[in-house]
Amino acid sequence: MNTPAIKDLLYKMADDQLILGHRNSEWTGFGPVLEEDIAFSSMAQDKIGQSQALYQLLHELGEAEPDTIAFTRNAEQFHNCQLTELPIGEYDFSLIRHFLFDHAELIRFEMLANSRYEPLAQLARKIKGEIKYHVMHANTWIKQLGNANEESISRLQNSLEYALPYALGIFEEGAHEEALQSEGIFPGEKAVMEEWKKRISERIEQTALRLPDFSQLQPVYGGRKGQHSEHLQPLLDEMSEVFRIDPTAEW
Amino acid sequence: MAYTEEEIRHWLEEVKDPEIPVLSLNDLGVITGISVLENGKVKVEMTPTFVGCPAIDYMKSDVKEVLAKHGVEEVEVRVSFDTQWNSNMISEKGRQALKDFGLAPPPKHNLIVELDILEEVECPNCGSHNTDLKTPFGPTLCRSIHHCFDCKETFEQFKPI
Ligand SMILES: [Zn+2]
Repeated sequence: MNTPAIKDLLYKMADDQLILGHRNSEWTGFGPVLEEDIAFSSMAQDKIGQSQALYQLLHELGEAEPDTIAFTRNAEQFHNCQLTELPIGEYDFSLIRHFLFDHAELIRFEMLANSRYEPLAQLARKIKGEIKYHVMHANTWIKQLGNANEESISRLQNSLEYALPYALGIFEEGAHEEALQSEGIFPGEKAVMEEWKKRISERIEQTALRLPDFSQLQPVYGGRKGQHSEHLQPLLDEMSEVFRIDPTAEW
Repeated sequence: MAYTEEEIRHWLEEVKDPEIPVLSLNDLGVITGISVLENGKVKVEMTPTFVGCPAIDYMKSDVKEVLAKHGVEEVEVRVSFDTQWNSNMISEKGRQALKDFGLAPPPKHNLIVELDILEEVECPNCGSHNTDLKTPFGPTLCRSIHHCFDCKETFEQFKPI
């Protein structure tokens, strides 16, 4: 097995989950309705738990302990796409991000369920069932608010146009794409993206929203290589504050 | 002192899901393997219901504690995803226990959960199927929230996964 390629894949997936999980958790206590407050908190808990399981696979491949990986790196050592680190903004942005990201995530884990790297395949079979609920949740609200009234439609439309170039950044290719494909570990970012475009288009067509022409969009890349917006480091500082006080503490 | 697998499984009946104290880990289906090694050491394999389930650590130490109480000194509990848990693994006894607890048991599924199986869930209060899903995210990761049009009660379901 191509260990450097697998590590690369695991890092970007785990970092996406951890960072978006923490962003989602910022809705705790602030959701527009209690139900949404609980939904974003639950999804945060799922995602942070999933990131820990992915960091555990990295640990088994010789990397540091999950908590050490999660809490002691700086922004330039993180491989999450920039979409996940953006501040939660207004509810419409968080909903659109959740919709765009989780569709990609579900496809990724569905594909990884057949990976020849068995530990990841096992975990993917488990995680895809959980992410399915996240996608269901996003679809329900996109359909409802994407057809509701002028204000909700125009807010979602603006957020969609803002978020899409970042969403394309999810599929930034790494140095190991070919190795991952030829070894049957992962079918590659392009494969995920093609399926993703199909699925989100189907959903958007059921609403009053319009999907811009993808070929006119400039994807925001860099996240996978450790290039981030100014929003990531403050989030990491906040996340790791407790851990850094006493890294040896048992929780 | 040698133990049989059946004895171990029987003793583990005492270990309950901390979030649903009427449900044993056996009935929940999260004990995926028990082996008694030649040196008397006992190995228990477990898998979490949800990857981010915070209860798994409690369950793990409860398993050790209960077995220690029965004199099993050397216990290794391994948590893995070798067997991936799904809600079909809850036993019939477990499903009844959930109902008695006021929690609708998860509908059996073919491992592909679609939105429609979350609609018209049987109300644990009155038995009606005239219900709808309010939100797939409840007070814990494993519960969804539903509303019954007949008895007008809101109820929770252990959600299918
Ligand atoms: Zn009822």
